[in-house]
Amino acid sequence: MNEGSKKTIKLLCFSVLGMFTFSFALVPLYDVFCEVTGLNGKIELEATTNQNLETEIGRDVSIQFVSHNNEQMPWIFRPSESQIKIQTGKYHTATFYVKNPTNKRMIAQAIPSVAPSNAASHLKKLECFCFEEQELAPGEEALLPVRLIFDDELPDSIKSVVLSYTIFDVTDYNDLEMTDHHDGHEMEASL
Amino acid sequence: MSAVIETHDHDDHHHGPAEGLTRWLYTTNHKDIGTLYLWFSFAMFLIGGAMAMVIRAELFQPGMQIVEPEFYNQMLTLHGLIMVFGAVMPAFVGLANWLIPMMVGAPDMALPRMNNLSFWILPVAFFILLSSLFMEGGAPNFGWTFYAPLSTTYAPPSVTFFIFSVHIMGASSIMGSINVIVTIMNMRAPGMTLMKMPLFVWSWLITAYLLIAVMPVLAGAVTMMLMDIHFGTSFFNAAGGGDPVLFQHIFWFFGHPEVYIMILPAFGITSHIIETFSRKQLFGHTSMVWAMTSIAILSFVVWAHHMFTVGLPLAAELFFMWATMLIAVPTGVKVFNWVTTMFKGSITYETPMLFAIAFVVLFTIGGFSGLMLAITPADFQYHDTYFVVAHFHYVLVPGAIFSIMAAVYYWIPKWTGNMYDERLGRLHFWLSFIGVNVTFFPQHWIGLAGMPRRVPDYALQFADWNMVSSVGAFLFGASQILFLFIVIKTVMGGKKATPEVWEGARGLEWTVDSPAPYHTFSTPPKVS
Repeated sequence: MNEGSKKTIKLLCFSVLGMFTFSFALVPLYDVFCEVTGLNGKIELEATTNQNLETEIGRDVSIQFVSHNNEQMPWIFRPSESQIKIQTGKYHTATFYVKNPTNKRMIAQAIPSVAPSNAASHLKKLECFCFEEQELAPGEEALLPVRLIFDDELPDSIKSVVLSYTIFDVTDYNDLEMTDHHDGHEMEASL
Repeated sequence: MSAVIETHDHDDHHHGPAEGLTRWLYTTNHKDIGTLYLWFSFAMFLIGGAMAMVIRAELFQPGMQIVEPEFYNQMLTLHGLIMVFGAVMPAFVGLANWLIPMMVGAPDMALPRMNNLSFWILPVAFFILLSSLFMEGGAPNFGWTFYAPLSTTYAPPSVTFFIFSVHIMGASSIMGSINVIVTIMNMRAPGMTLMKMPLFVWSWLITAYLLIAVMPVLAGAVTMMLMDIHFGTSFFNAAGGGDPVLFQHIFWFFGHPEVYIMILPAFGITSHIIETFSRKQLFGHTSMVWAMTSIAILSFVVWAHHMFTVGLPLAAELFFMWATMLIAVPTGVKVFNWVTTMFKGSITYETPMLFAIAFVVLFTIGGFSGLMLAITPADFQYHDTYFVVAHFHYVLVPGAIFSIMAAVYYWIPKWTGNMYDERLGRLHFWLSFIGVNVTFFPQHWIGLAGMPRRVPDYALQFADWNMVSSVGAFLFGASQILFLFIVIKTVMGGKKATPEVWEGARGLEWTVDSPAPYHTFSTPPKVS
C-alpha cells in the first residue's frame, strides 16, 4: 500500500473518531444553545447569583402556574394560585401544594419550563423547590415555595407568562424493593 | 532465485476463485464481495418486503384483522430498519464493490481484508436484529426513527440487541466507506483526473464522505440510549435534566444525510444508464458533480425539517424551510441534465432504461411532495400523516430501489456473462411500475385527508384507498419474486454477452470481457 493510501486512511479514521466525539459534544452544545437563546423554555436549575435584580418596580406582568404529573406519578401536585399579577423588578413568592397519597416514601424532581420561550432568560429564581429533589413520607403533604423575579429587560410584547412544572418520580425502587423484601423476611421470622 | 520462481508458480494456480464455501467466507476479491453484498441485500429486501406485506394485509380493511397492534408495530419498525440498513445501503455497497475498481481501472479495493470483514459482520448484525422477534417482549416496536423515550423508557428488553446490531451495521458502513474513499483517491488509473471520473464513482465518493460524517453520530445516539437504559444517565430523560427533543436533533443530524446516502448512488447509476441508452454523451457532467456536492453539503443544515412540530422558534422554522427548499435547485439541475441528455437522443427502451426513466419521473414526484412538506405551516398539517409515508416511499422505492434494479439489469451481463431475458425484464418493470404507483399514490390522498401514519387501524372513510393501496402492494411484492427468478435464470445461463454489452456504453468496465475476469486491471489502463 502506498503512502498516499496510508495518509487517507489515517485522516478518515480520525474523522470517524472526531464525529463520534462530536455527537456527544452535541449534548452540552444543545444545552448551551438553549440557555443562551432561552429556546425550549429551559431555565437554569440553580439559584440566581445576581443580587441586583431588584430595581424600581416596573410594569405589570401576569404569571400563570401550571403543574403536570409525569407518567404514573401519583402525587397530588397543584399551584396554590393558578394566576397572579406581579411587577417586573420585584420579588414574589408563589407556592405549590404537594401530597404523597401512597403508602411508600417517595422522591420527586420537578422540572420547570417557561412559555413564551423568549421570557425564559428574564425569569430568575432566588429559591425554588425544583433546585433539589423533594422527599415525602407516606401521606405527607407540603407547600413548596418558589421565589422569582422578572428582570427589567423582559420584552414589552410579553404581557403574560406561563411557568409550568412537571413532577417526575425519581424514587429508586430497586432500593425500596430490597428493604420491603427484607422486612418481609423479618416478619416471617417473628411469626 | 529459485524461491522467487516457485512463489510465482504457486501464484499461477490461484488466479481463479477458490473452491467451495470457504471461497465466500475468506474472499478478499472485490467482485466476490460485491456479489455477497448484492445477494445479502436481495435477501433482506425480500424479508423486509414480507413484513410490508403483513402491514398492508392488516391495513386491507379497517378494524383489527390479522395481527395484534403490538406485532404490527414490530413489523413496522423492522420493515423500516431492514429496508434502510439491510436492503438499500448494502445493495449500493455491493454495486460499489463490483464497479468502482473496474470503473477507475484499479485491480481491487484498497483494503481487501477489511472489505471481507465489513461484509461478514452484516449478517451477524441482522441475525441479532431479527432474533429479537423471538425474544420476550418482542422485537423493537418504536419505529425506525427510535425516538426516545419510546426507545428508552418504554422500549421492550430487546432494545439492547437492537442497539448492538446498529453499532455493527455502523461499523460495517464506516469500514466500507473508508475502503471506497481510499480506493478512489489513491488507485485511479493514470490519466483519470477527478473530473474525468464516471458519475457512479463520484456519487459514491460523496456518499462515502457523508457516511464517514454521520454514521459515528448514529453510533453516538444509540450509545447514549444504551447509557440511559442501563447505566443511569439521563441524556434523553427530562427527570434527570435531559431532553427527549435532543434525541430528535441528534437522530436527524444523522438521519437527513442518511436519506441522501440512499439516493446519491442512484443519481450516479441513472446518469450512466440514460447516457448509454440515449446514445449521447451525458449533458452537464461537471454540473452533475457540483449538484451532488451541494446536495451533500446542504443535507447537514436541514435536519430540523423533520421536527417542525416539536416547538421550534420561528427563526429556526424559517431557516430550515428555506434551506430545505434550496435543495430543490441542485436536484432540479440533475433532472434537467437527464432530460436534456435524452432530448434528441436515439433512445431504445431496454429494461434498465425503463427503470431509469421511471426513476426520473417518480423520484421527481417524490421531490415535489418533499417541497410541499418543506413549507412549515403546511407541514403542521401533513406531519405524521400518510402523506409523509407516500413522500418517502416515492423517493425510496421508485427512487433508490428502481435505480438498484436498473443497475442490476444494466450490469448483470458484465457480472455473469449472460444476457437477462428482455421479455421477462420488461414484464417485471411494468408490474413493478404499476404496483408501486397503485400502492403509494393513493397514500397522498388519504394522508391529506388526515390518516395518521404508524397505525394498525383507521377511520372508515380511509377504507377504499387503503384497499387499493394494499392490492398494489401485493402486486409489487409478487413481481419481486419474478425479479428473483430473472436474476437466477440469468446466472444459470442465457445469451452470451459481448464485452461491450450495450451499444454505445462508455466506461472502463465495458473494455473487459463478459463475465468480467476474476482479476481485472492488474496493470492499470491508460485513460486519455
